[in-house]
Amino acid sequence: MKQFLEGSRAVAEIVKLCKPGVISAYPITPQTHIVEELAQMVANGELNAQFVNVESEHSAASVVLGAVATGVRAFTATSSQGLLYMAEVLFNISGLRLPLVLTCANRAISAPINIWNDQQDSVSLRDSGWIQFYAENIQEAADLHLLAYRLGEDKSIMLPAMVCMDGYTLTHGMETVDIPTQGEVDKFLPSYKPLYKLDPAEPLTMGLLADPDYYLETRFAIQETFKEVLKMIPKISEEFKNRFGRDYKDGLVEEYCTKDAEKVIVAMGSVCGTIKEVVDAQRAKGKKVGLLKIISYRPFPYAKVDDALKDIPRIAVLDKAVSLGAYAPLAVEIKATFFGKKKSPKLISSFIAGLGGRDITFESVKEIFTKLNRKEVNLEFIDLKPELLKEEYGV
Amino acid sequence: MKEIRIHARAGQGAITTAALLGYAYFLKGMYPYAFPNFGAARMGAPMNAFVRVDAKPVRLRSQIYEPDYVMVVDATLMRGFNCFSGLKENGIAIINEKEGAEIPKVKAKQKIFVVPATEIALKTIGRPLGNTALIGAFAAATGELDLDTLLEAIKKRFSGKAQEGNIQAVTQGYEYIKKNKIG
Repeated sequence: MKQFLEGSRAVAEIVKLCKPGVISAYPITPQTHIVEELAQMVANGELNAQFVNVESEHSAASVVLGAVATGVRAFTATSSQGLLYMAEVLFNISGLRLPLVLTCANRAISAPINIWNDQQDSVSLRDSGWIQFYAENIQEAADLHLLAYRLGEDKSIMLPAMVCMDGYTLTHGMETVDIPTQGEVDKFLPSYKPLYKLDPAEPLTMGLLADPDYYLETRFAIQETFKEVLKMIPKISEEFKNRFGRDYKDGLVEEYCTKDAEKVIVAMGSVCGTIKEVVDAQRAKGKKVGLLKIISYRPFPYAKVDDALKDIPRIAVLDKAVSLGAYAPLAVEIKATFFGKKKSPKLISSFIAGLGGRDITFESVKEIFTKLNRKEVNLEFIDLKPELLKEEYGV
Repeated sequence: MKEIRIHARAGQGAITTAALLGYAYFLKGMYPYAFPNFGAARMGAPMNAFVRVDAKPVRLRSQIYEPDYVMVVDATLMRGFNCFSGLKENGIAIINEKEGAEIPKVKAKQKIFVVPATEIALKTIGRPLGNTALIGAFAAATGELDLDTLLEAIKKRFSGKAQEGNIQAVTQGYEYIKKNKIG
């Protein structure tokens, strides 16, 4: 049914329909509304789950790790410092092959302290063995949670998934969302049947010591599984479309006006909506521009990106995160896609924008398309304030 | 597409204002996107809430720089800050009346409505929260929403005594503009 909901509420509603048995979280802005809503649902008896209050994100992640290890579907959500505080446990969750779902309400990282949106938190955990999806709008954020549970819990996958949604823009924004019924969700997402679980009746050990004779293979196995994830996402996306009527195509990327485009911006998350508006405005003036939206950042869909961009002369990659001292995280993937390829874009320019909540306006995006007329640039920061760079402290 | 920018201080209910307007548009079958922007993220700090609405889903995610409508919940914000920055040539502003607040001069086709929203709120809700009276005034001044739709949004959001008070506040805000048509 269509409702007018805050993004956090929409996520809570969809998580409720996924029937997790255990939820544990520690409050942090801008994620807090999600777990507040869920805590209320548990307290009201609408959701039959155990809500475990803890003293930190490290403990929250540990609680849900334990829950999934015993064969129970679980959920947590966090942001920024909270996600980083969970990091050690998150690597354990993927290493133990536990299909947890976590919402990351994307927020900048300290210092300096900043509660506003960018994608540095989740992007910093790109190597953690978690599937990572990025949502453009609230509907997508809600839908991706359903896909994430279904995908991660598939017996051929058994990996955790993180649904990333831009803090405030999507968590605190309100828009029209279609929330499915319990019956529809139940048909799409069967109850969780683990391959193995911690059970006193049939004891086993998880995550025991893997010495140099064994460890390498555990990482190889996850890497191999990610190939399966790339094949599985389009299948589940197709089934999702048939059941719920919303078409995310292959579920890996969205190609928007790219077919005959001369210039394309590659980006992730809510900024893609703003880029689509600019694309439409430029197209109305006869300019051949487009957008490639990355939905699945991990696994990264290299073949799909190659296919979508190989005939496009000029590409701009917009990162809302940095890898300080190196090329930008998303730009690296796009450049790697085409290294050594016969057919590739002539130019791949890389731009950083929106860090710490700096607004990415219609004009900022237009400017990026204009900059694509010039020679290739790397790591160009959009909307910098030169006056703030003049300050000098000490001598 | 129409864009509304609300100026308030954190804690004065600007997000509720945006949510109520958004919900009223939703009831009319439109696609609203209501969202906040926090400044210092502290109670009392200046902040904005926004509503962007269209007949199709809204995709633009930036803040609002050239609003069709401006609502000023706290007139003290107009000291040293231009709440009307970027207001469209034929834009409309609704200001919560405050003694001593200087109302700026606007362009020929722009309109400003000053509404005693806090006074209405004190009489109807018993607390100085002028938001719902301002929403009523907004509907009357702009013709964007009808009173019945607003009241339906109020009934969804509030219950009991708060609902009664806010229904009165919205209605009085609406009627204040209809009666006075003050520009």
